[in-house]
Amino acid sequence: MSVQIKTVDIAPRRQTFGHVARRLGGDKPASRYQEATYDIQATANFHYKPYWEPEFWTYDTRKTAVVMDDWYKPIDPRQYYYAAYNIARANMNQAVDRNFSFVEERGLLAKISPQARAALERGLLPLRHLHWGGNMNMTEICQRGYGTAITAPCIFSAADQLGMAQIISRIGLVLDSQSATSLDAAKKTWLEDPAWQEVRRLIEDSFVERDWFQLYVAQTLGVNGVLLDFIYKFAEPAFADAGLSVAMLTEFMQDWRAEESRWSDSVVKVVAAESAHNKALVSQWATHWIARAVEAAKPLCSALLGDGGKAALAAGEAARLRAAALGLEV
Amino acid sequence: MAQVASITLLQNDDARPIIEAILADNPGVRVLNMHGAVKLDCDHSITIRRASVEERLGRAWEPQEIQLVLVSMAGNLDEDDDHFTLSWRH
Amino acid sequence: MTVKKLGLRQRYEHMTRGLDWETTYQKMDDVFPYDSFEGIKIKDWSAWEDPFRLTMDTYWKFQAEKERKLYAVLDAFAQNNGQTNLSDGRYVNVVKLFLTGISPEEYQAHRGFAFTGRHLRGAGARVAAQMQSLDELRHLQTQVHTISHYNKFFDGISEFPHMHDRVWYLSVPKSFFDDARSAGPFEFMIAIGFAFEYLLTNLLFVPFMSGAAYNGDMSTVTFGFSAQSDESRHMTLGIEVIKFLLEQHPDNLPIVQKWVDKWFWRGHRLLGLVAMMMDYMLPKKVMSWKEAWDIYFVEAGGSLFQDLERYGLKMPKYADIATEEAEHISHQNWAVFYQYTHAAAFHTWMPDKEHLDWLSAKYPNTFDKYYRPRWELWAEMEKEGKRFYNMALPQLCQTCQIPMAYTEPGNPAAICFRATQFQGETYHFCSDGCKDIFDGEPEKYVQAWMPVQQIFQGNCGGATVPDVLAWYNMNAGADNMDYTGSPDEKIWKEWHPDADVARKAV
Repeated sequence: MSVQIKTVDIAPRRQTFGHVARRLGGDKPASRYQEATYDIQATANFHYKPYWEPEFWTYDTRKTAVVMDDWYKPIDPRQYYYAAYNIARANMNQAVDRNFSFVEERGLLAKISPQARAALERGLLPLRHLHWGGNMNMTEICQRGYGTAITAPCIFSAADQLGMAQIISRIGLVLDSQSATSLDAAKKTWLEDPAWQEVRRLIEDSFVERDWFQLYVAQTLGVNGVLLDFIYKFAEPAFADAGLSVAMLTEFMQDWRAEESRWSDSVVKVVAAESAHNKALVSQWATHWIARAVEAAKPLCSALLGDGGKAALAAGEAARLRAAALGLEV
Repeated sequence: MAQVASITLLQNDDARPIIEAILADNPGVRVLNMHGAVKLDCDHSITIRRASVEERLGRAWEPQEIQLVLVSMAGNLDEDDDHFTLSWRH
Repeated sequence: MTVKKLGLRQRYEHMTRGLDWETTYQKMDDVFPYDSFEGIKIKDWSAWEDPFRLTMDTYWKFQAEKERKLYAVLDAFAQNNGQTNLSDGRYVNVVKLFLTGISPEEYQAHRGFAFTGRHLRGAGARVAAQMQSLDELRHLQTQVHTISHYNKFFDGISEFPHMHDRVWYLSVPKSFFDDARSAGPFEFMIAIGFAFEYLLTNLLFVPFMSGAAYNGDMSTVTFGFSAQSDESRHMTLGIEVIKFLLEQHPDNLPIVQKWVDKWFWRGHRLLGLVAMMMDYMLPKKVMSWKEAWDIYFVEAGGSLFQDLERYGLKMPKYADIATEEAEHISHQNWAVFYQYTHAAAFHTWMPDKEHLDWLSAKYPNTFDKYYRPRWELWAEMEKEGKRFYNMALPQLCQTCQIPMAYTEPGNPAAICFRATQFQGETYHFCSDGCKDIFDGEPEKYVQAWMPVQQIFQGNCGGATVPDVLAWYNMNAGADNMDYTGSPDEKIWKEWHPDADVARKAV
């Protein structure tokens, strides 16, 4: 049997927008990521200098010392635009809800040893404040950065950091039967416990960093690469018999870190590869912030694991290896 | 002039039980049908009760879900687990 | 063990409880360097209340659901060649003006709310602003994706970011948002969060999107109403921010009043473009601009300001003038674009008789007296092959950047001119509202990138119209000029060979 297919002739006159076609090297179909990202931010003929930073235009390449011929080179390998991002996170969050139900229904955190509970209260719950700091930094990079390719994923990342702070809050609420007393105690720990003070100093110092790409390096290679990885990957023994429950309840963070670092690493790699000038700067920033993060993690590491800071050093070493693989001299 | 509290919802299946609940619970409500949307106005205050929506929907419903069909509103919002209310204070 | 379920309010409070802290290794004033220069006094940020109380998990869930629905419609629209089912080919010009003039401002709002989402000192306000920043990015991206399909068939859309940075009338929305972006964080929140989102955005989205539905544009109405569901959250943030500032300190009142006056007037001028879209560019009409103004500004705005009176806040200055102008502004703007159609990236036309009658009925006080005769004359000139073009570059208002074509309050027969001297130069304005704004911050407005002056200074590709159009990346003969005779009209007629017959039959 032969099938006759008729097509009414409704031929498109062009495949994509002019600016996208120029980037693709011709008029061909473009992805939703490309059309939602390329050249979206204004670049010329601005009207008024900001009252709050009159030395720059609102969008200005001079707000960082690294120089890119084209800020649309560091694209997102995940190809996230808003819908793709939200759908991915909604799916991840379904797993979060399932895991919380599993742990709560079986009362898994109610049965843990006092040592494990103490480690969670001292070592895990204060981390919500570090995530909050990460949220501030990524929001800052979104507003000060240059080019939609890099700034759009930064607001996604900021939302992720807030989401993770809220997941930690939920863990606290499971631990304290929803009285929130554990969260108040964790804030006190964050503000006063010597084990956390270098971490807090580091994140507060990052809040005043004016060079937005240095801030990006500090946050992604230093804070995420060393401090978050230290807690979520290296500190598990401290949580003793709660380890498995913690692993379930922080599955989002594991998945997020694996996924987001594909983007954040690739951005660092592309920017450093642009020129010797960029490579030197990014290498210097990475060296500085990784070293600071390791120093900040040491007291926390000693307090939680009693290993004299060995696990913090291991987290730092892993971060340096990653940075070296991105072409940095660290 | 009376202050008008107002809510505009999508004109679709998901919104219909909410629209019906508003009509039932807010005496004097005025309806403006538009293409794709419906505007519901009431003097001073307009409210959506969770119980009324659930009755019509036949399942559990949280007032936050209204965001999926909400187009616009006027008034100060007060939302909790049982209601979603827009009102003017003066 | 059974776990009691937390209420909405409590759950939100616990999950975001005390996330922020008073920094001690760096001074708070260094961490938040921009929130004091505007003179706004905040005694207690903890008094901030976010009525929506969205946690990230709920946000992702709702937004993902909205996006799944929206993209299903967009895919179906493309697969079924939904563009062929529009009421008329002219309709697409609305979409063009939307993508070139409005979508880039959604992006500006996205970056602006990231600014306030980082730099307001209160954590609750920051979270709300960040969610709005995410939403605004959503709006830009869904608009690009919706209109992407139109771009495949119609002209005037393809170079939207390039045009946004250059084309004379797109300088109107761009300067509006550049103005808000270059202001401090509190002014930005009042400008965009309150004046634009709360007072004026309904005028853009509700009747206009309803019009898209009526004209067969199922993709635009879907993104439009889907965006509006975020907008309600934004409106709540807008009203919360103004109440919060007014409750915090009496000294805030005069500052806030000045911002409300300024941004109301600036928004009114910007929305004149939407007025024209509604009254002239929708082939099938939903409601007139005047009717929309009465519902969404006079009635809704009236209720709002009655409520805000208890703080001493008054109706925006010149609200009465704006309401008077609601009977004129769409006609005056359409006249400008008709005359300058050679320099605009969308098509124009003179209304047909049915349309003229509709305008006469909707504008009984003004249309027959001031506009209909001119339209009929211009239509006559078209017939005689003497279509009217204005080849002189217009004088622009230094504040809103619209050509000086608006009329005197109380006297629609005279063009309104205002001027002010600053540092030895004379600056021109279309209205008292725009002049007041300039006089309030002259150092700011003298910086404006004025499209006509830039052409005269040789910064726009050359001195002739073709030079400037080339610099705009405007495809002359396709993107610009009348709908009649355009490639848009040609493709529409190919799809609808009997369209003319049908049109006349109606």
